[in-house]
Amino acid sequence: MPATSSPHTPQPAGTAPPGEVVLEARDLVKTFTTGRGGLSRTRVSSVDGISLSLRAGESLGIVGESGCGKSTLARMLVGLEVPDSGSISYRGRDVTAARRGDRRLLRRGVQMVFQDPYTSLDPRMTVLEIVGEPLTASRTGTRASRRDRVAELLSLVGLAPGLMERYPHQFSGGQRQRIGIARALALEPEVLVCDEPVSALDVSVQAQVVNVLRDLQRRLGVTLLFIAHDLSVVRHVADRVAVMYLGRIAEIGPTATVYEAPAHPYTQALLSASPVVDRARRGRMAARIVLDGDPPSPTSPPPGCRFHTRCRMARDDCRTDVPSLRRPSEAQERARLAACHHAEDALTRLEDVFGPA
Amino acid sequence: MAVTSTSPTAARSALRVRGLSVEFRTRRGPVPSVRGVDLDVAPGELVALLGESGSGKSVTVRSIMGLDADNARSSADEMRLGDTDLLALSGDERRRLRGHRMSMVFQDALSALNPVLSVGDQIGDLIRAHTDASRRAARARAVELLAMVGIPGASRRVGDYPHQFSGGMRQRILIGMAIALEPELLLADEPTTALDVTVQAQILELLDRLRRELDMAVLLITHDLGVVSEVADRVAVMYAGRIVERGSGDDLLAQPAHPYTEALLTSVPQTEGLGRDLVTIPGSPPNPERVPPGCAFHPRCSWAVEACRETRPALIEVRRGRESACHRSQEVVGAGNE
Repeated sequence: MPATSSPHTPQPAGTAPPGEVVLEARDLVKTFTTGRGGLSRTRVSSVDGISLSLRAGESLGIVGESGCGKSTLARMLVGLEVPDSGSISYRGRDVTAARRGDRRLLRRGVQMVFQDPYTSLDPRMTVLEIVGEPLTASRTGTRASRRDRVAELLSLVGLAPGLMERYPHQFSGGQRQRIGIARALALEPEVLVCDEPVSALDVSVQAQVVNVLRDLQRRLGVTLLFIAHDLSVVRHVADRVAVMYLGRIAEIGPTATVYEAPAHPYTQALLSASPVVDRARRGRMAARIVLDGDPPSPTSPPPGCRFHTRCRMARDDCRTDVPSLRRPSEAQERARLAACHHAEDALTRLEDVFGPA
Repeated sequence: MAVTSTSPTAARSALRVRGLSVEFRTRRGPVPSVRGVDLDVAPGELVALLGESGSGKSVTVRSIMGLDADNARSSADEMRLGDTDLLALSGDERRRLRGHRMSMVFQDALSALNPVLSVGDQIGDLIRAHTDASRRAARARAVELLAMVGIPGASRRVGDYPHQFSGGMRQRILIGMAIALEPELLLADEPTTALDVTVQAQILELLDRLRRELDMAVLLITHDLGVVSEVADRVAVMYAGRIVERGSGDDLLAQPAHPYTEALLTSVPQTEGLGRDLVTIPGSPPNPERVPPGCAFHPRCSWAVEACRETRPALIEVRRGRESACHRSQEVVGAGNE
């Protein structure tokens, strides 16, 4: 492999031993202001106190509906947004303030794959320039070695290296997304943050990209943060999953536990609402938990548990007290946490989600 | 094409289409988008038209609706709404039918609604354009419709403007407008694609309820296999401008007879395949300007043989109630049995 570290890198992004925390977020808060200012100015609470840690080699899925803050979270983790409060550390070093050195470190270690492969690639650059840009920008290697590296990256994502002189418009959506992945991999990051990487693609092409990501994870040991609204894709890719609702984590835990025994009423509703292809498991239209209304506006999130306005199990305490993430008592799985006052109760009503056992 | 025999409700179709083709004039010459499509939808039935981008599914329903793009030229052997021969109608007669006997719900509700008219005025205008209802009666009917599609506080919100509603609510308003005059046929073009899953569930349930209550025929366009599986009575799968397979929802998804349907089904993540790689379909859907000869799917098909490159398979019945356009349909369906 060509040289990956240069004298400019303060700390080369080697590979952390599996299981070690590479990226950690603590109490991240981000609000945006909208409106022209003055009285019409409103604050939008996008992310409200999220903590999570990514361990080397794992894949963490983040699911939630539009406006729940999952993209903002992703952008903070790669350093594209600075949180209002809270901290982000990469391999133990606090990079929250996004100072120059921090940014350089983050760019080497954490890279992003964007949602829309049609707008995230510069149409006037060749694939060689696009994929090679991170190498050029970080002054890695010589022109010839960068070319070799681009060829290598393209074959890694299943594209013929001979295509590197072409322009993005000559590729299909699935191929463009692979070019985006190759670019993100150029600096051998430890963490790949993928924001809805397949949702802009045709159904028959999505599987190709999902497989490329899984394959990269196996071969390179790269850590994945995989954001999607499609629950079945996340289930397929993620070892752990976090469910977000209006800027907070509703539930987090091993994927199998969260999908098979969801402890938060929102997770239950989400699972119940997702269409299933398997016709034998359908016919739940009548039985499914249909949530009333839409997610409330993040400009004025409800007090207490933010889900209480749509929750079928809401009681008085939910309207006033913010539930913290905790392990439901009696629950077998120790690694799963849910932010619900009545998670124990919710766990006894799983037949509402999956039908009678 | 001998398909009439397999249509279960030929006698009382709400919609009957035979040999619909649509071609676009472009600077590079004519580009065929829809090639000889036949469709039947019975009253009260929900038929899903499943396809990826560029398969021609939206062009098909726009043509049925009589809303062809300016540079499109469509032709059909037969197109009937109930007993009405749509092909014999003038443009003006066709226009009077729209909104009244057939209506359409678009994907993007915000751009389909008029931003400077309150939703009550929009629904009222529609009612008054087609009936001789008074302003007051039309307003009352608008409130009734908003309540019917589940807008909370309908009488209060009837004077609100589109931007004051959320995406899911706007889609409900569009559906409310589409069913205002109790049409025989509702065409829904990806009505839930822009919505969140919890809201999608509400809209699908609404469509399902309305077609039962009003005995309305629904043609639902979607690319989402999950949606098809949830609500469709019958499914037609489109690829490169043609219907390549059709049958009942239960049967078709359980035992596809066309390799494209089969491949689509295996490429979506399902519980059974957890931990394994997804089965991928190589390549991507063809550009309508360059559809491969023979069977259009052959370059991506794992079942392809020599004949597929040269001869286009006709859409024929492979068993009762199921048609497939594949030279090897019998083997494909047989493989699913094992």
